[in-house]
Amino acid sequence: MSMFKAFLIKYAEIGLKGNNRYLFENALCDRIKDALKPLGTFRVFKEQGRVFVECPDDYDYEETVEALKRVFGISSFCPVVTVADTDWESLTKAVGDYVEAMYPDADFTFKVFAKRADKNYPISSPDICSMMGAYLLGRFPNLKVDVHNPEVSLNVEIRTKAYIYSVEIPGPGGMPVGSNGKAMLLLSGGIDSPVAGYMIAKRGVSVDAVYFHAPPYTSERAKQKVIDLAKKISRYAGRMKLFVVNFTDIQLYIYDQCPHDELTIIMRRYMMRIAEHFAKQENCLGLITGESLGQVASQTMQSLAATNEVCTMPVYRPLIAFDKKDIVEIAETIDTYETSIQPYEDCCTIFVAKHPVTKPNLKKIRHSERKLEEKIDELLETALKTVEIIEIE
Amino acid sequence: MEVYLDNSATTKITDRVRDIMIKVLYEDYGNPSSMHRMGVNAEKYMKEAAQIIADSLKVEPKEIIFTSGGTEANNLALIGTAMAYQRRGKHIITTRIEHPSVHQPLLYLEENGYKIDFIPVDRTGKIFKDKLYNAINDETQIVSVMFVNNEIGSVQDIEEIAREIKKIKNDIIFHVDAVQAFGKYRIHPRRMGIDLLSISGHKIHGPKGIGALYVNDNIRLKPIIFGGGHQRGLRSGTENVPAIAGLGQAVKDIYENFEQKVNKMYKLKQLIIKELSGLDGVTINGLPEECESNYEMEHIKMTAPHIVSASFEGVRSEVLLHALEDRGVYVSSGSACSSHHPQPSATLSAIGIPKILLDSTIRISISEMTTEEEIQYAIEQIRDLVPKLRRYTRR
Repeated sequence: MSMFKAFLIKYAEIGLKGNNRYLFENALCDRIKDALKPLGTFRVFKEQGRVFVECPDDYDYEETVEALKRVFGISSFCPVVTVADTDWESLTKAVGDYVEAMYPDADFTFKVFAKRADKNYPISSPDICSMMGAYLLGRFPNLKVDVHNPEVSLNVEIRTKAYIYSVEIPGPGGMPVGSNGKAMLLLSGGIDSPVAGYMIAKRGVSVDAVYFHAPPYTSERAKQKVIDLAKKISRYAGRMKLFVVNFTDIQLYIYDQCPHDELTIIMRRYMMRIAEHFAKQENCLGLITGESLGQVASQTMQSLAATNEVCTMPVYRPLIAFDKKDIVEIAETIDTYETSIQPYEDCCTIFVAKHPVTKPNLKKIRHSERKLEEKIDELLETALKTVEIIEIE
Repeated sequence: MEVYLDNSATTKITDRVRDIMIKVLYEDYGNPSSMHRMGVNAEKYMKEAAQIIADSLKVEPKEIIFTSGGTEANNLALIGTAMAYQRRGKHIITTRIEHPSVHQPLLYLEENGYKIDFIPVDRTGKIFKDKLYNAINDETQIVSVMFVNNEIGSVQDIEEIAREIKKIKNDIIFHVDAVQAFGKYRIHPRRMGIDLLSISGHKIHGPKGIGALYVNDNIRLKPIIFGGGHQRGLRSGTENVPAIAGLGQAVKDIYENFEQKVNKMYKLKQLIIKELSGLDGVTINGLPEECESNYEMEHIKMTAPHIVSASFEGVRSEVLLHALEDRGVYVSSGSACSSHHPQPSATLSAIGIPKILLDSTIRISISEMTTEEEIQYAIEQIRDLVPKLRRYTRR
């Protein structure tokens, strides 16, 4: 059983939010509660500009730390030892025992930071610092005080209980999901789009996703892979809806009617249109794509201009200036990489031309799209009507 | 209509197999090693199953070891004998078209100082026997040749190979992976000169997770799984009695009305081949040279009764597979076992299928449960889909 009975949650950016601050703090508390719910009955509460998590007796420390590392809005968090008896003798002993348990060698430089939230406590904060320092120096002969650059910052906070902590675990940063509207992610089975969804969610945005399925050219396993990716994103971004659109007939119609080297661009224009349709339906305020400038033919500046043209909503492209290896690094951190590299084809690659246009001419693209006039509305309507919606928890 | 044509991947279990398994699971669930009556009852199922399998092979029940399936049987056969006969030499000969459960253990032995020769095959998937015989030397310890290839259904001349290799060196141990052949052929290891024979339950309407290895009484084997000394120490671990009982039942059933079943499958195979070869840009793989274009039964009978491999020019096999799936027809692209790997199949490459067709090849595999009506329906769908799919390809 872990000696830590609570966590002190630190948040950076939320602190800046003026009068809206409580909204962000409430969202943070809610997201922490969501994240910890499956792990037991935790108490999450605000107290004097701090968020605390109190753990049940039988909680699993490692599991809880992993869950907190995924809650956006947490800049860092500290595992805390709580002491119910705050009289001086009990407190000094508890702090000494803490040092002994955490640093068995007891050989480091340190500084005590004290905070007396309970102003009735008979000893002032500066006195707590110096008296506690003296006690520790007496009990552990190898300790040294260093007030400028301590190796260990030992925090003692007196509230109704006393809180002791010295370790700070980095959180993911960002802002709590739900504090900043909702956006629709174009999710493929690739490496980039899950990372893009993660990054926008990190700014406090709730995420829904749309996936374009092209049976029989893409398989059930390709779809399952996307569902698996959505689940991985939802570990950070919370619950989401996944819209699975059957795109085959639209794709084949474009193939039949339009020049082959423009296929991908025109296809992507229709994907954006469909994504925007569902985005509006779900009250989203933007679209998210995993596009990265110049990565493939459909992601040159000209191509992006061509696909962007059909949307009225802002399109968020968090990876736009990222190199592939940096994207892969994030994908590995958020554990989507292994899933993304499963070798199932997605609908963007099945008919891709050997030499697709890299600098599409908007006029030409519009002209080609006119060749679709006869049947495209009907096909779009069918695609929208037959959408499968999967709730990802 | 649902038409399951992936019987080389696995088969549906029969009602009789299901019934006996449920009985063992719910009523006779004792551990065969237990001293009390429950244990004795459970052991009875094992003895019966071993007897049935032994009878079907015309061998002794004590020569049957139950394993977790064909893969383990092959692993035990190869690694188990290699370890037991290390002093005889460290040379093993096999073919280029073996299942990964033979190929991989041999690569493992290769890493550990064995020399492995892989004998090539001709366009019909039959090994160059002379090359096999010429490869034998004083060090040769094991020869392992599969009976029926799982991807194209080619059949090796097992009896002749056994005779010839032992003429050259009489203490060679001959292993045969018969996972795809058992239940389709009458296999009598003693008469045929086979020392080790691997079989699997779920290819013959038995359960998954069970198989067996026939080990000739004269062959010593080292175990590859260690523990409580079950099955005479050769395969420790509490026996999977429900599956063993199911396997016994499946073996009993498959060899009932055997000739009739096999003939029925050959007729369906001939029908599939005739219909598919009539389509534009379709080639049937692994047929004997004599077959030419009239597909006489006597030539088709030189191949296994249940497997047809066909290449469709200009159609990706995965797409055809999913399009057929959409119409309720289940086939496999190449071999289901290797579909996890994006690289092309070793067997198809070994028989020299042109590169552009490697990714355009599907396998249709039937069982004696398959009906002519099902085949007609499946052919109908293929005939309809192939031209449509051909229109849409990467350009």
